[in-house]
Amino acid sequence: MKKTWLPLAAALTVCVSAASAQEVRVYNWSDYIDDELLEKFESETGIKLIYDVFDSNELLETKLLAGGSGYDVVVPSGTFLQRQITAGVFQPLDLAQLPNAGNLWDVIKDRTETYDPGNAYSINYMWGTTGLGVNVGKVREVLGEDAPIGSLDLIFNPENMKKLQACGVHFLDAPGEIFPAALQYLGEDPDSKDKDVLAKAGELLSAVAPYVQKYHSSEYINALANGEICVALGWSGDVLQARDRAAEADNNVEIVYNAPSEGALMWFDQMAIPVDAPNPEAAHAFLNFILDAQNIAAASNYVYYANGNLASQEFLVADVIEDTAIYPDETTLQNLYITTPYAPKIQRVVTRMWTKVKSGI
Amino acid sequence: MDLRKLFLILVPYSWLLALFLIPFAIVLKIALSDYAIAIPPYVPTLDGIGNWSDFKTFLSELDFENFIFLTEDELYWRAYLSSAKIAFLSTLMTLLVGFPLAYAMARAASEWRPTLMMLAILPFWTSFLIRVYAWKSILSQEGYLNQVLLWVGVIDSPLMILNTNTAVYIGIVYTYLPFMVLPVYAALEKLDDTLLEAAEDLGCSRFQAFWLVTVPLSKPGIIAGCFLVFIPALGEFVIPSVLGGSDTLMIGKVLWEEFFSNRDWPVASAVAVILLLLLILPIVLFQRNEQKQREAEK
Repeated sequence: MKKTWLPLAAALTVCVSAASAQEVRVYNWSDYIDDELLEKFESETGIKLIYDVFDSNELLETKLLAGGSGYDVVVPSGTFLQRQITAGVFQPLDLAQLPNAGNLWDVIKDRTETYDPGNAYSINYMWGTTGLGVNVGKVREVLGEDAPIGSLDLIFNPENMKKLQACGVHFLDAPGEIFPAALQYLGEDPDSKDKDVLAKAGELLSAVAPYVQKYHSSEYINALANGEICVALGWSGDVLQARDRAAEADNNVEIVYNAPSEGALMWFDQMAIPVDAPNPEAAHAFLNFILDAQNIAAASNYVYYANGNLASQEFLVADVIEDTAIYPDETTLQNLYITTPYAPKIQRVVTRMWTKVKSGI
Repeated sequence: MDLRKLFLILVPYSWLLALFLIPFAIVLKIALSDYAIAIPPYVPTLDGIGNWSDFKTFLSELDFENFIFLTEDELYWRAYLSSAKIAFLSTLMTLLVGFPLAYAMARAASEWRPTLMMLAILPFWTSFLIRVYAWKSILSQEGYLNQVLLWVGVIDSPLMILNTNTAVYIGIVYTYLPFMVLPVYAALEKLDDTLLEAAEDLGCSRFQAFWLVTVPLSKPGIIAGCFLVFIPALGEFVIPSVLGGSDTLMIGKVLWEEFFSNRDWPVASAVAVILLLLLILPIVLFQRNEQKQREAEK
């Protein structure tokens, strides 16, 4: 009798020790890290890493606001982070557990202060701009050699869009980024919270909507790379990933990213720890791992997004650090704007206008 | 004896209470609350019933504001209407495809029936999501369907099917077909062949016999199948969002936007409550009618 119980007891101990071993659950954007880094984290720290992905801030926010998301580290963008901090979603970071925090870059820290005063709740993971991904060959074929591939005129002028329709245009399904772009094109304040001003952007977007094939926030990477679409209003690094996938496939598709000459939205994806994180200690360990100059450099080299880590810059490959689409030069940097969250009432107005843009109702 | 009866009734009712009425009460409560930037994102919340006056203040803070809001914007009723239309037409199409299938299965030689049954159920073994995604590669502009049609020479340029309502109809009919076939088959299989022989002996043509005997006798199966297709199709979210275009208006998508984009759980709940009422009323009325008919027959 005793003997038969032994294996069971052994199995139980294994289970118990597995449960008590450290585990960290990270919820990050899709296509946003080098998988090798995840393995490196596990082997360096001995913490088991469970890595899930999402492709919209809205999805993440709803999980966080429902409470008990079960995640230890999440990566909302600045405007969303700000509201989530107000809702009490996050716990303040314990800097004692983040010795690598000194690597952070003041230029970025100053800007993220807008969303997270004192940078008390979050560290910057990556930042980038929202702009134009263009299949140069196809667009020139349709619009001629002098096609405005670096200007919002390409996508907000119905004449151009009518012609581009045939080769396919995707927009991000992110009203919080498309409305500011439309406002910027109209010469209005991109961060406007005025209903009437926003309505003008809505009209502009509705005018080009018939020519937009799809509003989606992740499909355009592959669609651009395969040559299925010729223009995407998307995120800088995603477009650059499409460029590389096309180059790897060697399919004669040449993709270029341009931050619009009218000015581009600069956004920040911030890593933060939910207040109900099951394992805040492991979460801090993950953040500290990401703050390591070489690790975050490896991530940037892989995803083609700039990071907020000054010390990492010496480890970046020339393709990344010298590309002004990723690390903008001084003049472009002047041309970038940031936005702040909409109040609930205005949010409803914007969502409603967005539905109207997309469905015509 | 009475205890046994009571117990028998208790089982379905506690099921109804636990899986329908309690969740419904929770959703209704949220629908009567107000939006807030908090976890969870609405007020008031009930933190356990301490005493009666607490509960009274909690109740006094609830109101019907969100339901009134739904009547103020045409988006909502148009979405309900468009969902109802899509659900109704796809139910009809599922019936048109499903009935002949079920009929053929029921008429097949009895040693074939288990195999045919198996074939009807087989698609269920693959994940629903994967099957819907597979339709993307069939219907897209470079997809198999267009390639075949171009090759045969039926069309000159690829058809735009994916990201339109047509793709949504195809997706719904395909996905819910087994829900139509199985109940109809069950009804047809029980059909007594001698009734058909009798009808023909009495001068019915084969078609008349089918229309006057087979169809009425399979009515319970047809009705069950229609309910099984119509109800989930009305609130369908996955199929329109994967296969439909940005102009496909369905209440499931509106619900998603309220919940995720506006973070407005109270309005999202109000939308859900109305959807439920829209579904329950016709079902209850229908059942009443059935019951009356049955009693009249007795």
